Amino acid sequence: MEDYGKNIIEIPLEKLAIVAGEEKNAGHRLAQACATYVNDKYELLYSFEEDYAMTTYKVVVGLDEEVPSISRIFFPAFTYENEMKELFGVKIKGIVTDYNDKFYRIATETPFLKKKGGK
Amino acid sequence: MKSFHKSPWLLHYDASSCNGCDIEVLACTMPRYDVERFGIINTGNPMHADIFCVTGGVNEQNAPVVKQIYDQIPEPKVVVAVGTCACTGGVFKECYNILGGVDKVIPVDIYVPGCAARPESIIDGVVKALALYQEKHDKMVKEGRGLPEGE
Amino acid sequence: MPKKTVIPFGPQHPVLPEPIHLDLVLEDETVVDAIPSIGFIHRGLESLVEKKDFNEMVYVAERICGICSFMHGMGYCEAVEHVMDIDIPDRAKYLRTIWCEFSRLHSHLLWLGLLADGFGFEALFNECWRIREQVLDMVEMTTGGRLIASVNRVGGVLKDITPDMLKQMKAVAENVGRELVPVADTFLNDYSVKSRLCGSGILSKEDAIALGACGPMMRASGIAVDHRKSGYAAYGNIDFDVITSNDCDGYGRVYVRIQELFQSVEIVRQAIDKIPDSEEIMIKPKGNPKGEYLMRLEQPRGEAFYYVKGNGSKNLDRFRVRTPTFGNLAPLVHTLKGAPFADVPLLVLTIDPCVSCTER
Repeated sequence: MEDYGKNIIEIPLEKLAIVAGEEKNAGHRLAQACATYVNDKYELLYSFEEDYAMTTYKVVVGLDEEVPSISRIFFPAFTYENEMKELFGVKIKGIVTDYNDKFYRIATETPFLKKKGGK
Repeated sequence: MKSFHKSPWLLHYDASSCNGCDIEVLACTMPRYDVERFGIINTGNPMHADIFCVTGGVNEQNAPVVKQIYDQIPEPKVVVAVGTCACTGGVFKECYNILGGVDKVIPVDIYVPGCAARPESIIDGVVKALALYQEKHDKMVKEGRGLPEGE
Repeated sequence: MPKKTVIPFGPQHPVLPEPIHLDLVLEDETVVDAIPSIGFIHRGLESLVEKKDFNEMVYVAERICGICSFMHGMGYCEAVEHVMDIDIPDRAKYLRTIWCEFSRLHSHLLWLGLLADGFGFEALFNECWRIREQVLDMVEMTTGGRLIASVNRVGGVLKDITPDMLKQMKAVAENVGRELVPVADTFLNDYSVKSRLCGSGILSKEDAIALGACGPMMRASGIAVDHRKSGYAAYGNIDFDVITSNDCDGYGRVYVRIQELFQSVEIVRQAIDKIPDSEEIMIKPKGNPKGEYLMRLEQPRGEAFYYVKGNGSKNLDRFRVRTPTFGNLAPLVHTLKGAPFADVPLLVLTIDPCVSCTER
């Protein structure tokens, strides 16, 4: 069987919404989305699944770049995006149900960003 | 009020534990361990509870909930911290959102160690809590705040 | 237009062993909207990668959740093994499979018990948990812990299971299968149980795909995806079918989980028959992980993702877990809409919520 876990395709930020739309039209489901903070940049991962096959896209964005939300295309993305926004401080705009950093209600602000000396 | 300390009701609350200790607290009421033979009943209502079992290291959002539940339990009450996380914070002590132990929020009477705490040790903790409960009750009676036993 | 009322549900609630909070918007007795708010158990354990090295992280990963503890540890280890290109010994693969299925047995039995408690069937609750104790005894006998097993290590497993123990495990698994028959009969055929479950919490196949449901929730909507089929650990050598149901409701979810219990017994039997004789159960990892990997595995509650990114030092850059309940939050909100208020606790239970996993 193909090794889906290693296969990560890097795409530019402006293609994110287009790719998400294509995946939606193909009838795939959103498997997961997550953010990583490395070298003063965010790496956002979006995985889509069709039965057992999985495609993972990676978007590298700068700290101040705005990321369009894909929750209008994939509704369940709102949980992942709220998480990215609150824990990492990724600037995502247009989330369907935006908790405004009250998703986890933590005392520390963007803990995953601060601790690595980002801000 | 003789039945008072012979049938304490237990309230369990999960204050950010990993679930392991919660499941063991529930397992105590199951046929194998059966704490109901000591007259202990697991209740969902703080107003009915006498013994408060807290698991987990308490995070920012949970602290006011734990405090509120503690305030709702009528006097006398005994707090049992179940599991290593509830005692000190355990492996999660260094996490950014963990306060580190139930005693940071409310006074704790009995500490039950273990990760996850075994049902035997939880029962041992609860039985110790019973003795303490009796003591607290006697003290209340002496101070004229409660009804004496045997009536 | 009827007046809308907002009723808070949780965090401390008699049917929930764990805190989750829902704001339910009601019109008369019907839920029209539900807004979940989580964070009562958010510990932030993913950030511990900065402080603990990749070997120590196994113990943290195991404590993401006390119910599927073994699988969390295993998922993390498999992800790191993929990054480091370690092929673990065959016997270790089989041992992991056996422990995995024992975890599944105890997790599903636990859930069935809680569900029975949810609709007020106390005797069934106690019966499920009585059967579950035998499973925990076997886990304790082989690993030393009832819930947190701590036998996984990057590169294999720490403890071997002796042939005597294997024989005993097989006997216990078969006994669980026998004792389950009357319990399953009550769940699936009893009039009062059916009246609570049939037709409650409908999630159609299309909605399940659109909302990203996973695990038994998805299989109960007729989608045959079980990641054990992707062949991690020793599942590639074991013959089993994906269990689905086309009921799309609470009854379907119970059906899928009960059949999975019988299937787990069968998988344990196969794995114990096929396990290779060997002394080697662990390969010591050399060097530090460098690279990234997204591991998928099937937990009792559905598919879990483990993302690991290493930079060549002993601390990982990022460790991320997406647990099944997190994926099932959106389907839960969907099923709650239109449900009567009295069904809310039951519907929350049918997704098999594990809040500790969800919030990490």
